Amino acid sequence: MSTTTPDFAELGKLKKRPLTPGRVVLQVFLLGMALIWLFPMLWALFNSFRDYGFTLEHGYISFGGFTFDNYLNAWERGGFTTSFLNSAFITILAVGLTLLLSSSAAFVLARFSFKFNFAMLAIFVSANLLPPQALLVPIYRIFRAIPLPYWMSDSGSLLNSQLGVVIINMAFQTGFCTFVLSNYMKTLPKAIYESASLDGASVWYQFWGITLPLCRPPLAALATLQVAWIYNEFFWATVLLQSGDKFPVTSSLNNLKGTFFTDYNLLSAGSIIAALPVLIVFFVLQKQFVAGLTLGSVKD
Amino acid sequence: MTSQTTTASRQQTSAMDKATPVLMGLIPTLVVVGLIWIPALFTVILSFTSWDGVGALSGIEFIGGRNYVEATTVYPTFWPAIGHNVLWLVGLFVVFTPLGMFLAVLLDKEIRGSRFYQTSFYLPVVLSAALIGFIWQLMYSRDQGLLNMLFGTQIDWYGDPNINIWAAIVATGWRHTGYVMLLYLAGLKGIDPALREAAQMDGANQFKTYVRIIFPVMRPINIIVMTITFIEGLRAFDLPWVINRGRNGLELISTLVTSNVAGEASRIGFGSALATLMLILSSIFIIFQLRVVMKGEDR
Repeated sequence: MSTTTPDFAELGKLKKRPLTPGRVVLQVFLLGMALIWLFPMLWALFNSFRDYGFTLEHGYISFGGFTFDNYLNAWERGGFTTSFLNSAFITILAVGLTLLLSSSAAFVLARFSFKFNFAMLAIFVSANLLPPQALLVPIYRIFRAIPLPYWMSDSGSLLNSQLGVVIINMAFQTGFCTFVLSNYMKTLPKAIYESASLDGASVWYQFWGITLPLCRPPLAALATLQVAWIYNEFFWATVLLQSGDKFPVTSSLNNLKGTFFTDYNLLSAGSIIAALPVLIVFFVLQKQFVAGLTLGSVKD
Repeated sequence: MTSQTTTASRQQTSAMDKATPVLMGLIPTLVVVGLIWIPALFTVILSFTSWDGVGALSGIEFIGGRNYVEATTVYPTFWPAIGHNVLWLVGLFVVFTPLGMFLAVLLDKEIRGSRFYQTSFYLPVVLSAALIGFIWQLMYSRDQGLLNMLFGTQIDWYGDPNINIWAAIVATGWRHTGYVMLLYLAGLKGIDPALREAAQMDGANQFKTYVRIIFPVMRPINIIVMTITFIEGLRAFDLPWVINRGRNGLELISTLVTSNVAGEASRIGFGSALATLMLILSSIFIIFQLRVVMKGEDR
């Protein structure tokens, strides 16, 4: 599969084209739209660096009163140290398990022909699209009924435990990743596996030693995308976790709302802090992120 | 495969080699079926009961379709919620999905600054809906929001039940547009340039080329973008929940389900009936999606 993602590097190197009136209109329109689109983020960023007293006195449409205190305040009052650790635990574990499960399912789907290949793929792909709210009651009961030793979960069950959030995220995301990975694996040349079999390589080695290293590009793209998705996941983290010290960043934000209610500069700083991990992903791994987003939809 | 050499060591491993793929396929399947499909099935079953969530499963009483009748006739927020979901969908479908497609078509023209534009449009895609709620609060707040300051108004954009659904749709459209743009742009990049050149040699202008050639060729992506719009519209939850837990003008089916089964009332059977309606509606679009993305799968 040749993934057709917008290649930014190449676009940047384009030769200059003559400026026709049409092109000018196009540029002005796009620039206007881009600025409108960036504005809410920039506005939050701008005000996150301003003193609340100053904006109270001069109004928000003013300039000055710059300070870094909002960030220090927001970090402390928002309990970001705890929630970042929680987010890291949930995200890393869930993404790792998702990729492990989905790559093994994808390998089976791509390499072997069962009678149920098609049905299995359909079950995987559509699971990802179901509304999570529709599963809430059964999942809640199942998780409450599964006991965990206290060293794993202080609630004594999967409910109100970060492991529960990891597991449900994994179940939801496995379908999409399986689909993408099996598409990719189907494009790997069959000759590799033929010669591997002749050399007596086991099926496990064909998966772990041969296929996975060849799947680095889609794995990297999916890992990037899933980190952003699971870090941002809100519903399960909100309904399955009950004690605030277990909340990841996204659901703990909701608690901040009360704390920060009147001070919008503090709220801005908190939002920027919460957005930082995904913004870093966005700017550093942009290519992987875009590839991951478009992998599932574009295939030829 | 034409292998005539059957060594002793291969015979030994062959039993394990048969078990390995079965296990590798079985474990993920069990996870997905056990944690997604079986719970979905239970939701459907529970929707025909009057269970309050307390007590053993054996105490469940089946009441037929009463929950569904109650939801559609007695429950006061059911039809408003349906209306809000429809508005949400129409808003995305009529304004933000076409806008994303339009931006993608413009950005496909090899223009200077394309990278900057793309980055600006899809920046919101990486933000969580919860965060988007906060960022837009800075625009919408009655006392400190930018909109009211600019226009000298006193509108409570998130609080006024007549307009907060629109405010939420705009905030969600901010994110949706970039997503659609990305998907569509990737599709456009995959089109054979010869197609476009041939059309232009025949004297078709850019608009005609798009309408007559590009749009029909993009059919699979068009369908994917549409189904994504519908599924997003149906699953919308995070933003209203962050704003006010989906009340007072922001009721959606998803928030009704959640507040019925997780809220104080704990009307499990009733909430499950609403959830089942969600499942039915989304499966329509899932089938569309499957037909496109799984086209050409060997069966």
